[in-house]
Formats: sequence, C-alpha cells, structure tokens
Amino acid sequence: MAVKDPEPTMLAERPGATIQEDDALETMAEARRRWEVAKARSEAQVPAWKRDFTTVSGMEVPHLVTPEQVADVDLQKDVGIPGEFPYTRGIHPTGYRGKLWTMRQFAGFGTAADTNQRFKYLLSQGQTGLSVAFHLPTLYGYDSDHQMSKGEVGKCGVAIDTLADMETLFDGIPLGEVSTSMTINSTAPILFAMYLAVAEKQGVDVHKHVSGTLQNDILKEYIAQKEYIYPPRPSMRLITDQFSFAARHVPRWNTISISGYHIREAGSTALQELAFTLRDGMEYVQYGIDAGLPVDEFAPRLSFFFNSHNDFFEEIAKFRAARRIWATVMRDRYGAKNPRSWMLRFHTQTAGCSLTAQQPINNVVRTTLQALAAVIGGTQSLHTNALDETLALPTEENARTALRTQQIIAHESGVINTVDPLGGSWFIEEMTRRMVDGAFDYFRRIDDLGGMVEAIEAGFPQRELMDAAFAYQRAFEEKEKLIVGVNAFQVTDDKPIDILYIPDDLAERQVAFLNEVRDRRDAGGVARTLEALKQGAAGSANTMPLILDCVKAYCTVGEISDALRDVFGTYEEPAVF
Amino acid sequence: MRILIAKPGLDGHDRGAKVVARALRDAGYEVIYTGLRQTPEQIAAAAVQEDVDAVGLSILSGAHNSLLPEVTRLLNEQGADDVLVFAGGIIPEQDVVHLKQVGIDEIFLPGTSTKDIVRYLQDRLQAA
Repeated sequence: MAVKDPEPTMLAERPGATIQEDDALETMAEARRRWEVAKARSEAQVPAWKRDFTTVSGMEVPHLVTPEQVADVDLQKDVGIPGEFPYTRGIHPTGYRGKLWTMRQFAGFGTAADTNQRFKYLLSQGQTGLSVAFHLPTLYGYDSDHQMSKGEVGKCGVAIDTLADMETLFDGIPLGEVSTSMTINSTAPILFAMYLAVAEKQGVDVHKHVSGTLQNDILKEYIAQKEYIYPPRPSMRLITDQFSFAARHVPRWNTISISGYHIREAGSTALQELAFTLRDGMEYVQYGIDAGLPVDEFAPRLSFFFNSHNDFFEEIAKFRAARRIWATVMRDRYGAKNPRSWMLRFHTQTAGCSLTAQQPINNVVRTTLQALAAVIGGTQSLHTNALDETLALPTEENARTALRTQQIIAHESGVINTVDPLGGSWFIEEMTRRMVDGAFDYFRRIDDLGGMVEAIEAGFPQRELMDAAFAYQRAFEEKEKLIVGVNAFQVTDDKPIDILYIPDDLAERQVAFLNEVRDRRDAGGVARTLEALKQGAAGSANTMPLILDCVKAYCTVGEISDALRDVFGTYEEPAVF
Repeated sequence: MRILIAKPGLDGHDRGAKVVARALRDAGYEVIYTGLRQTPEQIAAAAVQEDVDAVGLSILSGAHNSLLPEVTRLLNEQGADDVLVFAGGIIPEQDVVHLKQVGIDEIFLPGTSTKDIVRYLQDRLQAA
C-alpha cells in the first residue's frame, strides 16, 4: 500500500514509497473497470484475431497493466535508481553515457593462424574485445589426432592443442590492452593457463594488466550444453581452485561467466533461463564459501551470460529482474558486504536458436530486435549473431553486418541516451516482478532438492528444459507460434547462400604441427609436470599452478585432461528424453 | 518398429535429437536413444545389436560430411543395409546431394516439423 506523506520529498528517497498516490490509484481502478467493460463489449463484436497472446516462452502477458496493479512495487526497494541497490535499473549511474557496452563478437575457426586473422579484422572494424570459440576437441579435452576428433578439427571453433597454438592465436595482439573472453568450460583451467603463459611471454604484467573472462560454468553443461568431462563435484573443485588463484594473481580476470545462454538454446523458457542461471551462480558462491574463500573476495569477479530471444519485453524484464534478484540474494542470503558483490554484470548473445535457415536475410531483423532488448536491458557486452549462423560459422561479410547492427543501435538509434528507458513502465515493472517471483519459486524447489548439484544429479532442470522445448515445438507445429518463413510466409525459390567451408586438409596440417611440437619439447618436463598435476589433483593442492607448469612444458590439452581423467573419472549422463 | 536416435560426433546439442525421439515415441515407435558423443562404430554396432528398422542421426557440429557416410558404410559392411538412415541438424543444403549419394536416405533441414518426419517414416517403413 502507498504511504501518505505530506512532505514534498522525492519519491525514490522515501522508504515505502510506491508507484502512485492513493487518490490517483482509486481513479485508475475505476478507469480500469470502464476499460474491462469496453474491452468485453468490443471482443463480443470482434473476437481477438488469435487465441494465444503469450510470450515466446508461453508466459501469460497482461492485456493492459494499469497503475493500481503495480501500486505495491516499492520504488526504492524494488526499482531504485541506476548504480544503487538493488540495481534493477542498471549497475552504472551513467548507463551507456560513461561507456558503451563492449562489442564482443565470438569468433574462432580453422587453425590458430586463421582465427588470428579474423581477430585482427574484427579489431580493425571497431570491435572492442575478443571472444574465442574453440573447436569441440579442445572443449572436450581431446587432441586433434584423437579418434573422437575425426571430422571435428577446426569446425566449430579454433583448434588449440598446445601453448604453441595459443601463441599463434594471439600473435601481434597485445594482451595487456585487449580483454578476451574464452568460451571454455571443462578444460577452462588449461586454456586460462595458456593465456597467462602467452601474456607473460609478451612481457605483460599479468597482475596489473591482464583482463578477460572464462566461461567456466560447468553446471550449465550438465543441464544444457553437455560439454562435461568429469563428474560435477571434482569439476566444482577445479572452478574454486581458479577462483582462489585468480583472486591472488589475476585480479582483473572474471573467473566465471554463469551462463543462461545455452540453457535457453536447449529449449528453456525465459524464466527458466533466469532461475537456473542465477541458482547456478548461487551454487558457485556457496561452494566458494565452503572452500573457505571470503565471499567478497571472489564474488565481484563473477559475471553472467544471458540469451536475448525474440520476445522484446519479456527479455528486458528478465535482465532487470536478474539484477534485482542477484543483489538481493548476495546481500541477504550470502552476507556479501561489498556492493561490487551485489552487482550483476552480464554479457548477452542474441538467440542462435531463433534464426531460420529459410530466408536467412530475415535473421538480421531478428538479431536487431534481440540486440535492442539486450541494450535496453543494460547489458555490459554483446554478441550479435550473423545471418548465416543457422547454417555454418559466419563468413567475414556476414560477421561484419552483425557487428554493424550493434554500431547502428549504439550510434544511430538514440536508445543509449537515457538509462533504463522502460523503467517505470507499468507493464515492464509488472513483468519484472513476475520474473522475480517466478525465479524465487524455482529457487525454493531447487533448495528443497538439496541444492543445484543435487538437482542436476536428480535430473530436475534437464527435465524442465526438455518439457519446455517439446511444448515450444508443439506450439510451432500447431501454428500457435508463427515463425516467419518457416511455418508462415514461406517462399519456394529460397536460394542457398554462400557459407564458410573449413578445408578438408586442415586436420592433417593441425596434426602435423601437433606432432612437430611433441618432437620438439622436453619429454622429461612433460612427464614431470603431468605427474605433479596428478598428485596435486588427488590431494587438495590448488590445481591451477600445476596446470600452468604443464602448459609451459607444452603438454597437450589431451594429456592434461587425461591426467585429470585418471584422478577424477568421467561423467556419463543417463540418456533420457 | 524400432528406431535408433543417435548423436554422432562431439557436439552436445541434443535438443533436436530428444524432441524427435519424443515425437517418434508419441507416434507409437519404440525409440532407443544412444546418448551423446557416439562414434560411427558405436552407432552401427547399436543399430545391429538392437535390430532397428531405422537410424536417425542428429549432428550440429559441422562434421556431418565425415561422420555420416561412415555410419552408412559400417551398416552396409555389417549386413544392415536394409536399415533406413535419416539425418537432421545444422546441415547446409549444399551438402545434401552428396550425403544422399553415400546412403543417407533423407536429410531433414532446420525448421522441419516432427509430423513430416513421422509421415516419412510411416511411408518408408510400411513400404519396406
């Protein structure tokens, strides 16, 4: 309820202040009753043109939100101002006037030299940060000549087997000046160590100048993307080892990017993406605390990664809700005192799963809407998908258009001039509240299962996702949800577009180079560092410095991963559908 | 009628495989899902051992031109050349002709309705 206050103070400064005054609310409630009558009359004459006005996630959308319906949204406690708890309106007081979001296009294909060229091209076109896509064998801890790597070398990302590849990847790129995000999870400590080793070789002061982000979010791998190697518990230990190592040695590094992107791509709703991602984040915080780390020492380096899908307002509400929830749980549940621990910083990628192979040029329009939602939602960095990513990795031309999309939003649309432009919209505040409430409901269910690791072991988030994916597919097939060019507005003369092909001889070249590195390195150093890693992993030593020794001895990604497989074992999920 | 749904290669994107598996089960087929990261050898062995009528391959990693022909080659080698093989995932249209030449009976491109897959299997498996 609104509190009457005769003092002419600013609403936001007054505890308990709500969105409207009582008198106005009564008038609005009456007006709403008139609207309900008018609406019913109108619908009796002309029924709504479709039955389903839900979001892309199937969430009910109110037809009209009037002020009295959000009268209990607390202007200070729930909404606030940018830069203040609970950060619903953004973490920076200046929004995008102080600094635009980082335009960070995910790139990686072929050999390290191929990707190095693409990086230099993107930087020359005005991109402001790097983001590395590794090929699948690197993600799974296999070398390029492993039996499982057949057909995969350089396909989904860049092939990295040893430090020698990493040196080529960043050749001529000053690691003290550019920040780099690496999409790597099970093998994150290995690639992190390689990055630090390259920076050292470039003469960069790692403690002072190296900055970037590791994805390193293993929980969402079990839930969604399935690029796990070891069972959940030793995987969590590798992550807390990195938290504590980076806090001491690489303080500007974000050790984890807690990711909803893949959860959404695997079929979740927006709410599930929000809830599972933040609950994953809470699990990392709890494990960090349980490992003896003071929460304010590592929490400021946690970052998030969300999807931005087609449903414009639902996405904006999700981003705003994410900030409010994180601030609240960090302060109230985990006792964090440092405001930097409360602030949810996030990267966004537009929704790959929303792109269509049919009439692919339309994907530019979808991506623009999604990117706009991310910007209005206050993202810190953004990847916009290229129109051809529904078919293959992007060509240089399409990658450029994707970057240009961000630049047009930043410099032409004008949306960056004000902070949280939709804040205070009755509809957006209502949607934000529904997201917050829905997420806390999920938290309770996961807590009841004993935590997120336990919930994953019980298959709970996996089942929720599968059901949502199937419900969406059904809605698509029943044409309750239309996708332009796919189940509506099709054309018959859709011509295939030119796409990027990875040459067949690439794998041979990569394997030849790998063998050259194996021949050249000191075999004694390899054996010694791998053995030390095994012993440390079997005990309770921090694995990070040991892995750093391995990569500097030019041990391969496969050898280091095998050493850890020997100690930790591997994970197989029950194959249910 | 038994159908094996398999994920060759290293990519972990199993949304499509699982949606198709569930739709086929709902359509009355007995569906066996291999789980992730299967080599062509493992897939062919499972198809023979389970005596399936059809194998559905889902792949999004870009390795389809290497791995899918290997599956059909191994099936033929093991005398299972009567097994219907269909595939889906991120497969560009440009690759379809080649894949059909090496024995993939049908490729379902992105945006396919599960109803179309069910209809295809009903036609083909009845005719066989």
